[in-house]
Amino acid sequence: MDRATAIDVSHLSKSYDGHQAVADISFTVHAGEIFGLLGPNGAGKSTTLRILITLLTPSSGRATVFGLDTVRDADRVRQLIGYVPQERAIDRFLTGKEHLELLAALYHLPKDEAKSRIAELLKLVELEAHADRPAKTYSGGMKRKLDIACGLLPDPRVLFLDEPTLGLDVQSRLRIWDYIRMLKARGMTVVMTTNYLDEADQLCDRLAIIDGGTIKIIGSPVELKVGLGGDIVSLTLKETDRMTGLESALKGQPAIKAVRTTAKGLDIRVESPEKALPVILESANRLGCSVEFIQYNRPRLDDVFIAHTGRRIEDAAVNHDE
Amino acid sequence: MKEYWQEIRALTMRWVLRLSREKFSMLFTLVQPMLFWLIFFGNLFQRAADSQVTQAPNYISFLAAGVVVMTVLNNGLAGGVDLLFDKENGFLERLMSTPIHRSSVILSRFIFVMTITSLQVLVILGVAFLFGVQPATGLLGIATILLIGMMFGVGLTAISMAMAFSVKSHGDFFSVLGFLSLPMIFLSSALVPLAAMPGWMSFLAKFNPMTWAIDAVRPLILSNWSEALPHVGMVVVVMLVFDALCLYGGAKAFRRAMG
Repeated sequence: MDRATAIDVSHLSKSYDGHQAVADISFTVHAGEIFGLLGPNGAGKSTTLRILITLLTPSSGRATVFGLDTVRDADRVRQLIGYVPQERAIDRFLTGKEHLELLAALYHLPKDEAKSRIAELLKLVELEAHADRPAKTYSGGMKRKLDIACGLLPDPRVLFLDEPTLGLDVQSRLRIWDYIRMLKARGMTVVMTTNYLDEADQLCDRLAIIDGGTIKIIGSPVELKVGLGGDIVSLTLKETDRMTGLESALKGQPAIKAVRTTAKGLDIRVESPEKALPVILESANRLGCSVEFIQYNRPRLDDVFIAHTGRRIEDAAVNHDE
Repeated sequence: MKEYWQEIRALTMRWVLRLSREKFSMLFTLVQPMLFWLIFFGNLFQRAADSQVTQAPNYISFLAAGVVVMTVLNNGLAGGVDLLFDKENGFLERLMSTPIHRSSVILSRFIFVMTITSLQVLVILGVAFLFGVQPATGLLGIATILLIGMMFGVGLTAISMAMAFSVKSHGDFFSVLGFLSLPMIFLSSALVPLAAMPGWMSFLAKFNPMTWAIDAVRPLILSNWSEALPHVGMVVVVMLVFDALCLYGGAKAFRRAMG
């Protein structure tokens, strides 16, 4: 089935102040899907998003939203999109309702339409009771809801969310995930950036892993996990001195697809655990490695990330902050 | 065109709404420190200021023009602060992601700052009136003073907005602001007539657009039209050049900030 293309990014690059934020990225977003850009801080997700919402011009390459170029047709693109930024982009002194009224005027909505849309949105994000209080009295979760209401005001064809659940408590996160699913059910295309693996895994129809300004891989969460080719057996060893010996012993074996050392043991990719486990245990015994824990899991997005970037997403974030 | 006006009106009303919410700020906006300059400084230097030197009946009537233009200076240079905060907290991004004309944001800020400044100038003149300072050129003179104030204010606000878009942190913004204001005041004819200043100071003061503005406002308050008009003519030219430079610089800073 040929799905309509909502967004097309082609060889996009952006550098500023001598720093290459994004280098030669390309991807497509289908209409009506939830598409994620997954990566640690500094990966280039927000830069990519800002280019798509016409706030930045690319250094090279192009991006189109429903066929409209984000640079040449910027004005028309802005009519189609909604944006929920990462920071609480609200004015503390205005009430929730006044935020929406201001935006309604900026989107040139006729007065009646504006009024009904605002009422509808306040209901949707459950801010009706607080609509006439200044935003500075809102809790963090309420501010985020107001952000979302603002993003939805123009009834956009594409909604862009920058780290939608960053810093929120569990309940608010789940609530927001539900909104996003509901938006998709209404036919909206959603593009979101996130550094949360669970969020990408649970919400996104397709995602692109982005690290260091380049895209490492694109696919649905299921495809990406299956693409790793096998389940993972994780060994935690009591002493790590025989680790490399065990690694080499296992590497050649037919039941073992790949071995990687970790801080405390080995991550072993296997095709079938029934064949691999006896081999692993036998090798460990023979070499005198005492195994403290054995864990077996189906690949998680965590593993996908490591496989394609060479490091864990948390470690990548720490390195960037340094 | 109708849409442009809708955008500007909505954005300007945002500033008005905010001002009306911040009661303290509202109060200080009208009863501002400039008034203290006028009332305290003006009365304090009554005897210290020589009428022969100031060519004015009393010091407060001499000072009034200076305080008017100082008000414009302070308001103008602070005019970009709210945009700076908008930039920092992401609200500006939100506005820019909507289909508004890019200039609406700037224009609404200009309109707001000019309106508030004009109101303050009227308050200053009103308080000066209570101390016996009657503008010699009447209501038309006051209108001219407001016009001069607005022309100067446009350039200053443009500088302020350019700074707001260019600085990396708002600490820088306030440091520069603090650094600029006082020298600009002292190196002008606000407190002392140009002729009575030490040579090097009056030389520098000639390059200060404030001096030109004050030297046009002062005769409007103290003398008559025939004395004031040449100065008014000159200040209009000076301000046109000043505004053109500031607006050009401001537009460049804006475009650069918008990536």
